[in-house]
Amino acid sequence: MPGVEGYMYPNEVSLYWSVLIVLYPYITGLVAGAFILASLERIFHVEAVKPTYRLALLTALAFLLVAPLPLQLHLGHPERSYEMYLTPHRTSAMAMFGFVYLWYLMAVLVVEIWLDFRADIVALSQTTTGWRRLMYRILTLGSTDVSERALHIDERVGWFVTLIGIPSAFLLHGYVGFIFGSIKANPWWSSPLMPVVFIFSAMVSGIAAVMLVYMAMMRLRREPIDMRCVDKIAQYMMYIFVIDFSLEMLDLVHRIYEADESFRSLNFMVHTKLWFSQVILQICIGTIVPISLIALVQIVKFSEKWRKAIYVVSGSLTLIGVLAMRWNVVIGGQLFSKSFLGYTTYKIALVTREGLLVSIGLMILPLVILAVLVKILPPWPEKSAVSLPAPSVGD
Amino acid sequence: MKITRRHLLLLLPAAAVAWESVLAGTPEQSPNYTMTEHWWGMLIDISKCIGCGNCVRACQEENDVPDGFFRTWVERYHVDDWHITEPQVISPDGGKNGFPVAKEDEGKYFFVPKLCNHCADSPCTQVCPVGATFISPDGVVLIDQTYCMGCAYCVQACPYGCRYIHPTKRVADKCTLCYHRITKGLTTACCEACPTGARQLADLKNPADPIHEFLKTHSIHVLKPEMATNPKVFYNDLDGSVR
Repeated sequence: MPGVEGYMYPNEVSLYWSVLIVLYPYITGLVAGAFILASLERIFHVEAVKPTYRLALLTALAFLLVAPLPLQLHLGHPERSYEMYLTPHRTSAMAMFGFVYLWYLMAVLVVEIWLDFRADIVALSQTTTGWRRLMYRILTLGSTDVSERALHIDERVGWFVTLIGIPSAFLLHGYVGFIFGSIKANPWWSSPLMPVVFIFSAMVSGIAAVMLVYMAMMRLRREPIDMRCVDKIAQYMMYIFVIDFSLEMLDLVHRIYEADESFRSLNFMVHTKLWFSQVILQICIGTIVPISLIALVQIVKFSEKWRKAIYVVSGSLTLIGVLAMRWNVVIGGQLFSKSFLGYTTYKIALVTREGLLVSIGLMILPLVILAVLVKILPPWPEKSAVSLPAPSVGD
Repeated sequence: MKITRRHLLLLLPAAAVAWESVLAGTPEQSPNYTMTEHWWGMLIDISKCIGCGNCVRACQEENDVPDGFFRTWVERYHVDDWHITEPQVISPDGGKNGFPVAKEDEGKYFFVPKLCNHCADSPCTQVCPVGATFISPDGVVLIDQTYCMGCAYCVQACPYGCRYIHPTKRVADKCTLCYHRITKGLTTACCEACPTGARQLADLKNPADPIHEFLKTHSIHVLKPEMATNPKVFYNDLDGSVR
């Protein structure tokens, strides 16, 4: 059979989870990571990262809005997906997706963004005209009180929402890891470390994404990059990346040392079909290089120009490395037979519903949404300080 | 043609025989079938399987299984003395058209028919997000294909590779143990087509079923017992190398 080495159970020859299922954990990971970066400032008072706080929230929202799309496109009957809400199967990890997603979107992210931008929305609803005025008026949800007391309440509630948001972000992405980690039939996936590894790699990718988006936006706006901020972000990224890499290596070493019945099969797979995507792309280029580069910045004093270049390179490599990690989990987990006697091949199609073009589109879409969000809710300090009219009567 | 009394007398017995033949092919109605009185499984006797592929063909015909996918298939194992735990396995087109002639060399050859194990603790049922996959009260793992959304999580969760996504229906599909037949008192298509009796439908709740005597007197194994799925396809004479 073409593309098959050794013996696959006959129904295993074609892969059932395509590149879209690679994108799904990747995108939710970016959401979780971006949110956790935002919470650094809010909860842990890391003042240095403040310039990216609002941008991180909007980035999280942009990616979260796109997160269910790859799933929907992958389903055989997307029109039935609402059944997951109506008749969720309680024993299914996947059934919880809808609820965790809705909780995170509606109860955490949207609420936090609204609270944080409310004063700006009120101001914009008073300074703009035409349809924009109407849009901002709707976005105020009738809450136009921007008195000091009201803003203080916003701040307190926002803080509380962020506090809930951190475990929610962990839940959102940890649960994605659990979807894979709980499949006992698949030794490549079945690991209690899987949700933890997913969470840490999510943080790394989300932080890298926000850092790059911030640097790109500053360049587009021809404004100076706050180097104290990106230095700090890169530092955090490196720390979390080290934890993530250690966990992944722990998993690897454990597998190698234990060498259970699946080991020979998985070992062969890593040395052949996954050699480039796992060893070269994920481990070497996507992990060791960015960690080393940022570590170098901590040791050697580089000029601002060099630091910027290093951050752009290491951020981009990190994103590639984490995407490769998702690929290796999702696609790698289907390349070998559950009989441990053979291997199949995955060929990505170009223009099909689950093809390469759709995948590229799905990765561009959040950036388009982010551009729109940034236009509607400018996260920049000078815009947020739009001169508010004097508090209205009764405030 | 004018039908005379003589013609009618000749035609009536012929028509009766034809009608009898039609009825024979119709599954008998079983309005009294009570699900809770049965607990279905299957017995597969490896030593009896000759790898003819009759079962695979019968299944494909009975259940309209699409080409390239299998509700049941037959594997041929080749185990030599030096690779006791590393068998060489083939299943060309699911064994549908039999197997190439084996080389007369070292080691042993044997056939292993596979199908959904209708596990009592089935991981596919556990993971289905909408509950489209379920275990019927008579112990058969079934799919409500009008409800399945085709996410393929169950395909990933099955340790035995028994599930697939139907290429045109775009929903999960697998062996139903010919539920439409067994609830009408018939056996499965694969069991019926097996020329050696290597496959036997078994009702564990029926005290008169020969399965009980067989299980008592033979060395029985299930596939991948370490998965703790509680399978109900029982294998007699199963080699330890079988995955």
